Amino acid sequence: MPKEFKPGCERPATKPEKTDATAQPETVRGETRHATEAPMVKIGKKAPEFTAPAFHQGRFATFDLAEFSGKWVLLCFYPGDFTFV
Amino acid sequence: MSTDSMFAHKMWNDHELSKMVGGGVPFPMLSDPGGRIGTLYGVYDGDAGVDTRGRFIIDPDGVVQGFEVLTPPVGRNVAETLRQVQAFQLVRESKGTQATPSGWRPGKPTLKPGPDLVGKVWEVWKTDMAFD
Repeated sequence: MPKEFKPGCERPATKPEKTDATAQPETVRGETRHATEAPMVKIGKKAPEFTAPAFHQGRFATFDLAEFSGKWVLLCFYPGDFTFV
Repeated sequence: MSTDSMFAHKMWNDHELSKMVGGGVPFPMLSDPGGRIGTLYGVYDGDAGVDTRGRFIIDPDGVVQGFEVLTPPVGRNVAETLRQVQAFQLVRESKGTQATPSGWRPGKPTLKPGPDLVGKVWEVWKTDMAFD
């Protein structure tokens, strides 16, 4: 179940944990690749687990992907609020 | 999900999206601080520091059935996404005995893969059926 919280200055812990942002980007085939960039997930394989804070129907809560087990999930990423989807 | 904070999500919902969708956004607006989850899914753009337009269909077993990723200037086709979900649901309910050819929509015939179908698809699925 989503865990509701009262947000103050503290931010809820998220999963996965922080990657090493200080690592130097490497150049692969002429393109810059940051340490935080990873290959795509594969179809037919398990979706990576995560825990993320969210705004949902007037409340703030953390959600785990696992709690949607048994349901179809559409997970959509987008570059930023106030843009289209 | 975006790299914006949940507070920014609230502002977007309250000041814009709720004017487009009655009652506001019905599903969780997830926050991805630092793009860690986007990194896990391979859609985080480290140069711009944002998640790109990645869309993943995940089945009830937690398995990724499909995904689509677009660069920021082009939006997705929600109707096409829903069509794919309906197709995946039909295939799952049939326990893999049925398949949906290109352009399939609910109500159109499905294919029953097997030895008898080899070389016979043209008999049951005409080219114009792939277009609306």
